[in-house]
Amino acid sequence: MLKIVVCVKAVPDPKLACDLKIDPVTKTLLRCDVPMVLNSLDKHALEAALQIKAENGAYICVLSMGPPEAGSIVKECMALGADKGILLSDPCFGGADAYATAYTLATGVQKIGDVDAVLCGMASSDGATEWVGPEMAVMLGMPVVTRVREIIVGNDESWEVKSALENGYRRMRVRLPALLTVTRDLNAPRALSFSGIIKARKKVITQWRLDDLGVSAETVGIKGSPTIVTEMCAVDNARRVTFLEGTREEKAEQLLQKLIEGGLL
Amino acid sequence: MNHDNNPIWVIADQENCKLLPVTPQLVGQARLLADVLATSVEVVLLGEGIDTHTEKIFAAGADRIYVGDHPDLAMYHPEVYTDVIVKLTLEHHPQIMLMGSTSMGRELAPLVAARLETGLTAHCIDLRINQKGILEQKIPAYGGEITIVCPERRPQMATVAQGVFPSPSPEGGRGGEIVSIQGPFLPSDRIQTLELVMEEPDGIPLDTASCVIAGGAGAGDLQGWNQIVELAAILNAGLGCTRPAVDEGWAELDTMIGQSGKMVNPETYLGIGLSGEQQHMVGVTGANVMIAINSDKKSPVFEQVDVGIVDDCRDFVPVLLEKIRKYKEQQTSCQ
Ligand SMILES: Cc1cc2nc3c(=O)[nH]c(=O)nc-3n(C[C@H](O)[C@H](O)[C@H](O)COP(=O)(O)OP(=O)(O)OC[C@H]3O[C@@H](n4cnc5c(N)ncnc54)[C@H](O)[C@@H]3O)c2cc1C
Ligand SMILES: Nc1ncnc2c1ncn2[C@@H]1O[C@H](COP(=O)(O)O)[C@@H](O)[C@H]1O
Repeated sequence: MLKIVVCVKAVPDPKLACDLKIDPVTKTLLRCDVPMVLNSLDKHALEAALQIKAENGAYICVLSMGPPEAGSIVKECMALGADKGILLSDPCFGGADAYATAYTLATGVQKIGDVDAVLCGMASSDGATEWVGPEMAVMLGMPVVTRVREIIVGNDESWEVKSALENGYRRMRVRLPALLTVTRDLNAPRALSFSGIIKARKKVITQWRLDDLGVSAETVGIKGSPTIVTEMCAVDNARRVTFLEGTREEKAEQLLQKLIEGGLL
Repeated sequence: MNHDNNPIWVIADQENCKLLPVTPQLVGQARLLADVLATSVEVVLLGEGIDTHTEKIFAAGADRIYVGDHPDLAMYHPEVYTDVIVKLTLEHHPQIMLMGSTSMGRELAPLVAARLETGLTAHCIDLRINQKGILEQKIPAYGGEITIVCPERRPQMATVAQGVFPSPSPEGGRGGEIVSIQGPFLPSDRIQTLELVMEEPDGIPLDTASCVIAGGAGAGDLQGWNQIVELAAILNAGLGCTRPAVDEGWAELDTMIGQSGKMVNPETYLGIGLSGEQQHMVGVTGANVMIAINSDKKSPVFEQVDVGIVDDCRDFVPVLLEKIRKYKEQQTSCQ
């Protein structure tokens, strides 16, 4: 049976993420209590795995690196139908850049063992580098296809997939074990069901710390990160706004005039 | 190892034998950085039938070009391209390597960085050399800007979207050294491209539109979004969006404006139902007139525009559409 790992990330709720602001004076982040949710693209990665499981049978393992609070999103994935949930959590993992994140996750995938496919989102909503998937693939010695918008055929040896380009796509064949990063065009993620939530209550999340992964503290988290943030600053935008006043009709009329002046009509 | 005099590299990006504008833009910026560091700019150009591009790359500021012109390199292949670039890097030790945030660069950059075990910064909006001779890579975040460096490992790698740096005015007669890369280029059998399919984009292309309308989360639902689509059509404007509009499935990822999307350069920008988040706004440069419609008078978007309309866009846009239609009718009936 196929063993599929889905990498999922807990991100600050994008609907509230604009509350995270740089304090212009202290140059540190203001308000860090925004609740964490499952990264939107990772839902599509999980859905792809669930569909493969429904069609061909598969064992789905969800893997996340994050603070203990990220356990809730792993639980959510189990309620959606994942067979196993693993949270990589250790104070040493904090402050990781894309490289150290990919390294830590890759070590987790290796510990899971005999993995046929790793699925990631194309990007996370807070980091949005798109690097974690491909970097992990290199570390695992797997081929990677990014921006997968369709999985056409999936058997045990190779998958045929469509990878999105700016104006079109590439149809590719990739040999397993492989890593794919997925876009939202791939599928429509299912909603949580009540029975799923009940079943997931009994499932336990596996937690692996630094010692469980058997790697040195120098290779993970901030210490294992080649890049560091040296400065944060608030930006001053130099435009002065004039508000259009009056009723809705009057404002629309004034805007129409502006558009005409601007040569748009 | 002392890297002070090592070159700055740009990985050229071509599609169907056409050099993408991001390449001379990066070479131009690399030239400025190289002058600070008193070093050279070198470009890696891979493809087939591409030697015609060398002149343009030299004119943009390059001193040397590594050309891999070979049928096996004709189309971008992640593993083959990664191999070639990694091998060249280990021979020549560039201190900085820049790539475009293009379809190719977004995949190739992390593959190369992971193989070289070095850092990589995504979608930078500015690159500078600091007093220590280290590359400062700026990205927008949290309503401001953050600076990232890769202090120890080399090369220092970054991707940059098309349009972040200006296209340099070509220095005619500027030449340099061409070094040809020899094969064999072992094709990888782990990944095969079976077919390349191009689809026609619909609507006015964003990159060249003189008016760009961007819609955001405030559209509320597909119906609200479609009013914005209609407005863009009637004004002959390019239609872009913010991230939530993509997440909701209203708009295509290709039309997202900002740090990890498209850079636009319109004369008029009209933002509807969006909060003016830095990651979106950095995508809009050089507009003469910026206009925003937002129901919240305190929205940060109003600190970044010239004309503000405080209203619910779901009610306001239909009224505006009606007025534009009437005006257009009048115009045609008068002629
Ligand atoms: C690394 C990184 C890269 C990113 N890159 C990009 C990028 O390239 N492009 C991009 O767009 N985003 C990007 N983002 C996301 C970005 O940070 C913001 O989340 C996003 O731009 C916000 O979109 P928005 O303004 O539409 O939504 P919101 O911030 O939710 O704002 C919605 C606005 O609409 C207003 N509104 C609500 N209802 C109405 C109504 N009925 N009428 C009028 N107004 C209304 C609200 O007052 C609010 O101001 C990136 C994020 C990260 C972390
Ligand atoms: N901390 C993490 N834990 C699990 N998966 C992650 C983590 N960070 C990134 N990923 C995966 O990598 C993808 C791309 O993330 P990014 O490179 O941050 O844009 C995400 O969609 C996830 O699938």
